[in-house]
Amino acid sequence: MHELAVTESILEIALRHGGEAGAQRITDLHLVIGELSTIIDESVQFYWDIVSEGTPAAGATLHFRRVPAQLTCQTCGHSYSPRQSLPCPACGSEDIAITAGEEFNLEAIDVEQYPVGSRSVTQNDRPTTTDPLTH
Amino acid sequence: MTQRVPVIERILGANDRLAADNRARLDAAGVFSLNFLASPGAGKTSLVEQTVSRLAGRLRLAVIDGDIATSIDADRAAAAGATAVQINTGGECHLDAVMLQGALEQLDLSAIDLLIVENVGNLICPANFALGTHKSILVASIPEGDDKPYKYPGTYRGVDALVINKIDLLPYVKFDMDYFRRGVAALNPGLVTFPLSCRTGEGLEAWLDWVTACVRMK
Repeated sequence: MHELAVTESILEIALRHGGEAGAQRITDLHLVIGELSTIIDESVQFYWDIVSEGTPAAGATLHFRRVPAQLTCQTCGHSYSPRQSLPCPACGSEDIAITAGEEFNLEAIDVEQYPVGSRSVTQNDRPTTTDPLTH
Repeated sequence: MTQRVPVIERILGANDRLAADNRARLDAAGVFSLNFLASPGAGKTSLVEQTVSRLAGRLRLAVIDGDIATSIDADRAAAAGATAVQINTGGECHLDAVMLQGALEQLDLSAIDLLIVENVGNLICPANFALGTHKSILVASIPEGDDKPYKYPGTYRGVDALVINKIDLLPYVKFDMDYFRRGVAALNPGLVTFPLSCRTGEGLEAWLDWVTACVRMK
């Protein structure tokens, strides 16, 4: 439902890091999304094709790495899936911590770089009226 | 030839930074703020009305109402005695820090002690978007059923207090309070909880005392 805002945020982060790396084109994005993050891969992909159009990341492939949710009992240290139960199935304790599954990160991007000495994405994309120092 | 560039950045980092800006702005003005989360129909607006009308003599209150289209909720908050601002999200399922920033600009923060932000009725999405408010309050209600902590763990885990509204309906609805509370305890141990009824007024005093104490400690 809020995947459009999320996708715009992903694009902003990718373009910023691509620019810093002197990328000509961004070909792949590697996303890490925990099971507990309420994000639908297909929906992000749908918006991605629209929002990335006309940018150096247009047509880039999105890779989703899903991280299963994991709970860890703070009493006995047992780790388990919340699908099993919420309280610890080993000792019954309700003192638990979520130790995986809440990730929602852009982990890496794959870029094609300009040959050494040529201009980078940020320089090409910058409006000519913008002072480079304030950008 | 492609090259891998490590990024490792939170996708909602921009929202988190704006939320921090909102918090700083509220702190600078001495405003204490609450974010009400709930499913549609749990009684967020009724709790806003009760809180505003009963505290209006002691505190200066403002309400920011998030809704997809209408101003029904903001109108009710204003009628109860608060300065009210409506945010129409235009279909978005949650408020985010940008929307709150815009709404804060419409308020004279120096004239407010307590700001209540009423989020869009939804138990999923609002939990992912920090606003910058001081405490998040989840308004659960008896007719929703006792399984909600198990079905919406993200929301139950992230809140600072829980209101269980409509306790006057307990005799008429199948609701196992022990089962409900065990789910809450597993997700959010020690969560401060206020069983109450906005309709009969039962339990409201404890809630109002807690809110007042939070504002005074600010």
